Amino acid sequence: MAGEGDRRAGLEVGRRSRLLDELRSGGDGRRSVAVALVSTVVFFAIVFFAITHAPGWPQVRSQFFNWHEFKSTFPEIARAFVVNIKIFSIAEVFILVFALFLAVLRSLPGPVFFPLRALAIVYADIFRGIPTILVIAMLGFGAPALGLSYLPKSVIFWGIVSLVLIYSAYVSEVYRAGIESIHPSQEAAARSLGLSRWQTLRRVILPQAVRRVVPPLLNDFIGLQKDTALVGTLGAIEAFQQSQIDTNATFNFTAYLSAALLFVAITIPLARFTDWLIARDRRQRQSGGATL
Amino acid sequence: MSDALVVEGVSKSFGRHEVLRGIDLSVAEHEVVALIGASGSGKSTLLRCINLLEPIDGGRIFLSGEEITRRRDVNDVRRRIGIVFQSFNLFPHMSVLRNVTLAPRDVLGLSRRDADERATALLERFGLAEKRNEYPDRLSGGQQQRVAIVRALAMQPELMLFDEVTSALDPELVAEVLNVIGELAAGGMTMVIATHEMSFARDIADQVCFLDDGRILEQGKPQEIFTSPREPRTQQFLQRIIEAKRL
Repeated sequence: MAGEGDRRAGLEVGRRSRLLDELRSGGDGRRSVAVALVSTVVFFAIVFFAITHAPGWPQVRSQFFNWHEFKSTFPEIARAFVVNIKIFSIAEVFILVFALFLAVLRSLPGPVFFPLRALAIVYADIFRGIPTILVIAMLGFGAPALGLSYLPKSVIFWGIVSLVLIYSAYVSEVYRAGIESIHPSQEAAARSLGLSRWQTLRRVILPQAVRRVVPPLLNDFIGLQKDTALVGTLGAIEAFQQSQIDTNATFNFTAYLSAALLFVAITIPLARFTDWLIARDRRQRQSGGATL
Repeated sequence: MSDALVVEGVSKSFGRHEVLRGIDLSVAEHEVVALIGASGSGKSTLLRCINLLEPIDGGRIFLSGEEITRRRDVNDVRRRIGIVFQSFNLFPHMSVLRNVTLAPRDVLGLSRRDADERATALLERFGLAEKRNEYPDRLSGGQQQRVAIVRALAMQPELMLFDEVTSALDPELVAEVLNVIGELAAGGMTMVIATHEMSFARDIADQVCFLDDGRILEQGKPQEIFTSPREPRTQQFLQRIIEAKRL
């Protein structure tokens, strides 16, 4: 009986979301759900009790969890959050393309291409080495100061440029790992059919490489979505900057909570989606198929 | 007499290790040549050199009288030579049909329709028609290897190279692949076959070359090589094969 339940629970792992798996893992389905539920309720009751009975709680509640403040700041911050969405949607497209270009540069074989490979390596080293906020500050304040009339002055533009430069360095490494994970025999097969090096890359290597790195790519995009808040340091009115304005005006920190909720509302679904993709990938590999 | 392939004094080293030490070989049109010899004797390397997957260090190779080792356009040479590998090397992200039509479309510039037609005809001929939309990981090893052969044939090559194509297969799947190669031989395809299947080599080959340590030590009709080998090394090799019940 228990064995049967075990097996069924085991089969369902991976088909549901990770949270549900967590609930179901270990033993007889219904009983473990009940245990998990009770222990969750008890755990949060204790945490809730501890926090609400802390001596500073009334103060914190009015400073951080102020319903009135939340209601009055949330719409404004939500409107500002559209700027964050704009920043990362535009940046993501450019990152995907530019990073792929860098990864391809870096995987060019032969001594002729050494300068290009070296350039790609130096690029990745530099932009992975500098803190994001520094690049944003240097470009965001420096580039417009050059006074070149043909360069845009918008801080959002320069924020996007900075994020593209930095995230491309990370994402190109992800792509490169994918390219290197494709067995050389695939290239030999393609070349032996008369496909050129470029055709081989485009038709055989990259399609397989990109499929393999979708989960880590999404992981990087979760990071990117959060880092859009750094563009606010240039003075762009995005969610973080707006919440700071509100906080400064009212001396109440509930606005930060509004901004945090907005970020979480988009990053958590993406994180769950990433988990789901990884689980699906693992399942497919276990059933013998290497493709996604 | 016209030679489809002439290999002249070809040598190849990997670092300090000399893999080929002056190989001479002529393959006439419609001729089937079997390369036999122990693992590491240079059979695979010779095949990879012939279709320019490995650059050679010395010697020359001619395809239909034209030297290919000095040409700059390797892709043009490769499209005329088909090769099938031990490990199939199908493209796992493409259906059987796309595997077969990729090179005809991208390299030969065939329209999708013409390429599909050509591929379908070949798949039908080798009993793979109903697998055309499957992905490689859904096929048995024997089926995958047959698809790999079809993929090479779709380029209508002048010469086919087979690099131990049954070595990675379960014993019961070997026959279906060998039958395909047999059918190609009957159809007059010029082929160079590196193989460990001695009885197959004996039945199908017009010429058998025994490779030992990067040289063709002995060469002749299958009857001569398999029944009365001259060289002690050949005798030794065949003796071991017989003991392993592979002949």
